[in-house]
Amino acid sequence: MTLTVTDLAITRGGIPVLEGLNFSLQTGQALILRGPNGIGKTTLLRTLAGLQPALNGTIDGAEDRIAYASHSDGLKPTLSVVENLTFWASVFGTHDIQPALDAFALNELSDRHAGNLSAGQKRRLGLARMLVTGRPIWMLDEPTVSLDKSAVQMFADAVRAHLGQGGSALIATHIDLGLDGAVLDVGPNKAKPKPIDDFDGGFL
Amino acid sequence: MIALLLRDLKLAFRAGGGFGLGLAFFLIVTVLVPFSVGPQSSLLSTIAPGVLWLGALLACLLSLDRLLALDWEDGSLDLLATAPLPLEAVVSIKALAHWLTTGLPLVLAAPFLGVLLNLPVPGFFWLVISLLIGTPAMSVIGTFGAALTVGLKRGGLLLSLLVLPLYVPTLIFGAEVARRGATGMETQTPLLMLAGITAATIALLPFASAAVLRINLR
Repeated sequence: MTLTVTDLAITRGGIPVLEGLNFSLQTGQALILRGPNGIGKTTLLRTLAGLQPALNGTIDGAEDRIAYASHSDGLKPTLSVVENLTFWASVFGTHDIQPALDAFALNELSDRHAGNLSAGQKRRLGLARMLVTGRPIWMLDEPTVSLDKSAVQMFADAVRAHLGQGGSALIATHIDLGLDGAVLDVGPNKAKPKPIDDFDGGFL
Repeated sequence: MIALLLRDLKLAFRAGGGFGLGLAFFLIVTVLVPFSVGPQSSLLSTIAPGVLWLGALLACLLSLDRLLALDWEDGSLDLLATAPLPLEAVVSIKALAHWLTTGLPLVLAAPFLGVLLNLPVPGFFWLVISLLIGTPAMSVIGTFGAALTVGLKRGGLLLSLLVLPLYVPTLIFGAEVARRGATGMETQTPLLMLAGITAATIALLPFASAAVLRINLR
């Protein structure tokens, strides 16, 4: 099933940031979301994930199919790596966390408390959460922040494997992941400021 | 849902989880009251039900600002909102976990602290019963307040101001049950009112909490 976005307009803090967005995400496809800082990439991902309503337009095929990874990893510092992953697995109704531990080389850290991990290790654990959700569409917001080269490679491999299993991914990133995905540049969709049509517009 | 409940309980009992906070506050209040009021045992037994109820209420209030704020800060609330669990279930489970880690220990500790305040013997039973019925309402109302203030930095003050008036009916009828029980009077009417308030909050407030949480997560 395809994720289709038609004429989408989104707001951040009540101010329109992007408008007229049209794209579709096929199964097995990765879409790289690009655009300058503040253009609304995070807002777009949050809107698609259902965390905030769209101003205008329609989103088809997103309901209960999206696994969203924000800037923060949602880890509990006093739970161990395995406990954190097991919790998210059971919330999403899956059980097997071993593939996720393998994919991000977390096996030797499995008993460590998440609070004692380094920033990159935390990120790896946060990304491993995507694997245990079992959801077909991954929405990732700057997934490679604080990852080293080999970890970026692990991540790219995980995304490739996910695409190979009929999943799809929408990734907001500024670096080249080596994925052969199409690029969605939202720069041209920047919302134009509304003309002032208040009753006091004439005075300004 | 069970996983979320177990996680919250586990977090509460681990270091920095704040499990003992409410209990310690309750203990401090009831230990200090006899010192400040003076050693008149008749006066103490008169005020004991009210002091115990007030102490329990304030102890409950103390732990509310961590109820959702911690999950909001580390991003898990966003992730829970996109998970298959409905937010109504999330806030209900959060309230249940809060009651199990704060309300229930208060109920269990109350009879022991009642001894310090010279609570009359028939009052112990009614104190435990009234707290057992009343404290779930405090957790559910508190979750609603926490959901309202979740995005605010240092929202604790606003949270207390919002929640305290909503606690008043529970406090009035709960303390009334304990007071009447202690003096050997009929307790049925306030007990039914207390139970009614608790039942109504448990039935209705999770929907309100989930609705404000959705708005706050935008």
